[in-house]
Order: sequence, then C-alpha cells, then structure tokens
Amino acid sequence: MSVRLDEPKDTRADTGEALPKGEPSAGPAVSSLAGADGAVTVIEPRRGWAGIDLKELWRYRELLYFLTWRDIKIRYKQTLLGAMWAIIQPTLTMLIFTLFFGRLAKMPSDGIPYPIFVYTGLLPWTYFANALTSASNSLVGNARLVTKVYFPRLMIPMGAAIAGLLDLVIGGSVLGILMVYYSVIPPAAVLLFPLLVFFTFLLAVGVGLWLSALNVQFRDVKYVIPFAVQIWLFCTPVIYPTSMLKRYEWVMNLNPMGGLIKAYRACVLGHMPLDWTALAVSGGLTIAIFLGGTFYFRRMERTFADVV
Amino acid sequence: MNDVVIRVEALSKRYRIGAKEKADRTFREVLTDMAAAPFRRLKNLGKSAPSEETIWALRDVTLEVRRGEVLGVIGRNGAGKSTLLKILSRITEPTKGRAEIRGRVGSLLEVGTGFHEELTGRENIYLNGAILGMKKAEIERKFDEIVAFSEIEKFLDTPVKRYSSGMYVRLAFAVAAHLEPEILLVDEVLAVGDAAFQKKCLGKMDEVSQTGRTVLFVSHNMSAVQSLCQRGVLLRAGQLALDGPIDEVVKEYLTYLANGSKHAFDDNPERSGNGLVRLTAARVLDESSRPSQHLIAGRRATFEFAYKNASEAKQANVILTIFNHLGVAVTHLDMRLTNFAMGRLASSGKFLCTVPDLPLPMGQYRVAVGVQVNGQLSDLIPNALVFDVESSTFYDSGRSPAVKWCACMVKHNWSHDISEPSGSSRNDGEQNVVRS
Repeated sequence: MSVRLDEPKDTRADTGEALPKGEPSAGPAVSSLAGADGAVTVIEPRRGWAGIDLKELWRYRELLYFLTWRDIKIRYKQTLLGAMWAIIQPTLTMLIFTLFFGRLAKMPSDGIPYPIFVYTGLLPWTYFANALTSASNSLVGNARLVTKVYFPRLMIPMGAAIAGLLDLVIGGSVLGILMVYYSVIPPAAVLLFPLLVFFTFLLAVGVGLWLSALNVQFRDVKYVIPFAVQIWLFCTPVIYPTSMLKRYEWVMNLNPMGGLIKAYRACVLGHMPLDWTALAVSGGLTIAIFLGGTFYFRRMERTFADVV
Repeated sequence: MNDVVIRVEALSKRYRIGAKEKADRTFREVLTDMAAAPFRRLKNLGKSAPSEETIWALRDVTLEVRRGEVLGVIGRNGAGKSTLLKILSRITEPTKGRAEIRGRVGSLLEVGTGFHEELTGRENIYLNGAILGMKKAEIERKFDEIVAFSEIEKFLDTPVKRYSSGMYVRLAFAVAAHLEPEILLVDEVLAVGDAAFQKKCLGKMDEVSQTGRTVLFVSHNMSAVQSLCQRGVLLRAGQLALDGPIDEVVKEYLTYLANGSKHAFDDNPERSGNGLVRLTAARVLDESSRPSQHLIAGRRATFEFAYKNASEAKQANVILTIFNHLGVAVTHLDMRLTNFAMGRLASSGKFLCTVPDLPLPMGQYRVAVGVQVNGQLSDLIPNALVFDVESSTFYDSGRSPAVKWCACMVKHNWSHDISEPSGSSRNDGEQNVVRS
C-alpha cells in the first residue's frame, strides 16, 4: 500500500483524476491524524522496497512518546521491588560472574578489578539484550493495535527499545558507586558515553526490526531469541577482555557489540586508549543492520495486519 | 460543500483462505513449501491458480463520498464492510485499485484499542487518545469532558482491569467520541454497552455528523443506520450491490436477508457454534399448525426447529431472539426463562416454541436462534427465519398501533374516574399520550 501525502507538485497525484480543490475545513478544531490539512492520501497496492518516511514519523512523534511511556509504566506494575529490578538484575549478575569467572576461573581483566570490569560490560549488554528481546516480541504483543489502528509500525519496536533506556540509567548508578569505590577517574573520552548508548540503541532496534517482522510470520523467532542472545553474550567481550583473543582480536570487530563494549570500557575506565578502528567498524555495521532492518520491516509491514 | 473527500476506484482485496493459520507456520514448513514449489508450479503449468485458495473480500468497489455526508455501509458478515474500512484507514493494503482521501482520517474499528489492563482510567485516556490520533494538548483540553461523558469519575485512578465491562466500554467510547477528524470511519462499535449508553453514543454520533464531518458508518443496527445516515451502500460478497438513499438500501438489505434465510441451514457464512447439536430446519406454524410466512398478531404462533445430535450431549438450551425491520431485538424467548425441562436429547428431534398471542405489530421480522450445550454455543443462526405479521386481532378492536410508536403490543385496560373540576388538565393528558 503506498500512502503518500501528495504535495501539489507531485506529478503522480495528477495521473488519477484530481480531486476538486478542498475548502478550508469548517467546523471545530480537528485533531491531526493521517494527513495534514487539505492533503490527499493515496491508497494503492505498493510494490518493491520503501524507505523510512521521516515526515510521517515526525507527525506521529507524540505517539512514540506515549508508547514508550506505556512500556515504562507497565514494566514494573504489580511488582514489590519495582524499578529496583533495574539495579538488582545487573548487580546480581555482576556478583555471580565475579565469583565464577573472576575468582574461580581467574579470568584476566586488563588489570582492572573484575567487578567493575565486568559491570561496565554488563550494563550496556543488559540493556541491549532486553531492548532486543522486547523489540522483537513487540509487534506480536501489540497485535490488537496493528489490526485496529493505523500508525507507522516502526513506532512499536522503537518504543520498546527506548523504554529500556530507563533501566540503563538506573543501572548506571551502580556503575557510579563502583567507580567511587575503586576510585576510577574516567578519561575525557567518557563524554562519548551517550553516543555509545545511541549506537547500542540503534543496534538493538536494527536487529529488533528484522526479528519483529520475522516474528509476525514465524513464531519460531520467539524461541530463538533467548538462545541467540545467550550465544551472543559469549561472543561479546563482556566476561572476558578482547586482549585474551591475542592475534585474533580483530575478529571481535565483526561483532558490532564487541567494538561497542570495548569502547564503553575504554571510555569509563580509561585503562586503554579508545580503539577507533574497532568503534568505526562497529558503528558502520550497526548502521548497516539498522538500515537493512528498516527496509526489510517496511517491506513486510504491509502484510502485518493480515498475518499477525 | 459538495466536493468529494473519499474516492474509491475499483478497490479489491484478496485474502488467502487460511492465511490466519499460515501465520503460525514454522521455518520447517516454509522450507518444505519452498522445496515443493517448483514441482507444484510444474504441475499447475498452464492452469490458473486454484480459486478455492483465495477469497475476494472486496471486489471492484467504486464509490465517492462528499464532504459532510454520513454514509451507512451495510451488508452481512463477511460482505466486505470491515475490509473496506480497514483499507481506508490504511491498516491493510488493497490488492488492486486505489482510493484517495482528502483530509484527516480517524478510524474507530474497535472500542478501547490499545487500552492496557494495568493502567488506570486516567492513563488509558491519554494512551488511547494518542493511539486514536489525538495530540497530547488536545487530550488535555478535552480530558474533563471525556471523564464526564464516561461517568467513571470515581474510578479514574483505578486500573481498568478492575472495571466492570460496562465501565470499560463507557470509558473507551468516551475517548473515541471526542475524536474530531474531518473523516470518521466507524465500525460496529455500538454493538457493545448497555442500552442507555448506546443511546448516548448515538446522540454523540449524531452531533458529530451535524458538524459537517464526513462519516462512514458500518453497523448491523438498522435503526441506528437509518437515523444517522442519509445515504447507504449495500455490500454483497465483496461487491457493491446498491448505492442510494438509506431507506431504500436498508429495505433492499432486509429483502435480501429474507431471501438469505432460505439458505440459513446450509452453507450459511453467518452460522457459528461448536456443532455438538445442530439445527437442520426451521419453520413458523400458524394457529392451525400449518407452516406459514404470514402471521396474525394476537393469534397463536409456533416456531419449530428440527435438530440433529451427533454428539453425546444430553441436554440443550434453545434461545430465540426476534428482530424487527429496524434490527431491534423485540423480544427474547429462552427455555430457561420458562423453566422448561426438555428431557433427554435424542439423535434427532424437534424443538417447538409456542407464543399464545403473538404481540407483534405489523411488519417484517427475523428470528435468530441459538442452541447451547453445557453453556457453550453449539449452533447459532442469526437469520434462521423470516416472517411477516400482516394483520392483528391482538386488541379486540382489531386495530393496531402505528409501527412508529410500537415495537411490541401489550394487553392493557383503561378505566376512567371522574374528578372535579379542571378542563385544562385533560388537555395535558392528551399531549402526553401523543408524545409517549
């Protein structure tokens, strides 16, 4: 289905019989829905690939806000500890990893105390894994919405991934405490932290777009995700440093999360210079996955309502 | 004001039958499908795709709607009404054809879309409003009005999961009723809620249509359609069967329904139920127990239903609802209401329901029949029977009230007490009678 808001200059609008010029709308204030004033919405079968309609996304920005707000609101409803879970989850994981990998397995950690070393990896990883999972399940979980109202479908997985950012911020306070405890003074590169978070978000949404669209058609995806996330964790330098891979350290660059986690550590701990090559490769791959995801999503989107 | 705001040209939508089931297919099935596809294609070489696999939910529908028009879309279930609205609201894409819409569209295909059980009434107003397309500022401006309309002030901060279904629907409709797009697409949302609230909603809808907004209204409630719309379109098997003044279209639809009841028991798309006990035929018998389509009010009428029981079911409950020409349920007959003990079900038999003095004014009626087994719907035929009431002996006078003022006749007695004095109060009394 191709839906375009035809500006007068759009020639394709003239191929059909043009509608008579609309009068300015009478009556009381109207809400802004699909379409701006006097614009013609054309509905017809759509073929081929479609990119992102940024104008439309902008028009629906408030809905993105409300979807995110909803996801945040309901996340810890009817739980005893509420948002504490955003701290408990990574902290407990950190303690368990410290015990098993740090103490028992004597995992190297580039000379950094293992708890803070593993936590700087776990914090973004936990966000990434949760955002990826909820984005992937978001379309199926919102099937009622998809079949009953129109809005840019991209909003659903995006809202799910944005909502997870709150947990990242809350979990960040533990990182602060650890930094004080181990008297870690971050280098100037710490200013890149928000950028790294943005890329992590982009990667989670990018993969989430592929998987959520696939999930609509194949519910197998739901079962693959937890498993895939776990494998991905072991392929990412969260528990171990990249330096462990020695000669094959470059392989890690192929995993976009690998380069990002490495950069997170360099930014926060300052124990080694930022690996710009690794970061650039990760960033490039992330953007490619994200763009590919949006195109795939936009292509599959037209059948969502019929199939989900 | 006569400009076209919706133009639909040869709009068609094809669904694959069983597409729903296919949604849940697994990778393995897709892989085998893909492997088998070339062979299938070879086999079908030269043949067109088998037609049973697809269904045209909408076929070559062409229509125009002008600004300010309130268009009623009617037709049986599966006629394509909802598909049309879904395409116009951009939820699903057409297979062929095109549509042009000038102006902002708001669609209301369901009451309470996006409501979240865990959120409070207040939170859901915002969420639902945003989902329906309202701006935050707009929701804030209308918030008090929405709350007042919904009549749930006291429970505003209670999660909606604790609401009764009535409260839930009232809140949901209140939000929807305050949507103010230029073009409003509404699908059968009034089928829910209690009668009083339905009336209030109809009033609000009427108000909306008075403000010059264009409305496409899908409903099975013929009296609602007739009171709200000037023009109607009748869809039949995905095609546009009639487009004209609403009264004409409704009449055509009811005639069509009446004809449809001939096929009520075989191949009826509106039939539902688990099929434990199935009805196989229905007829109406007049006071001399002869089958008839034409009844006389005030005389005995018997509804007879033959059943087949292929299951182990021992008991069943049968319910009838009689609808008048406006689609209003006039009365409901139910075995439970009369404490009827049917005895044991056989493998086949007949249920008979007798109404001693048929209290229906002249007109055309439709009977929906349902069979319940263990509380589950076993068979439901919304258009099982159609009959006419042609004359009346209900009242001894032989007269009957005008259909406009009467859906059901009631036996009554008058008395007259003379009291002194006052001539004016009698006039008041007369006026009241006319008004009620």
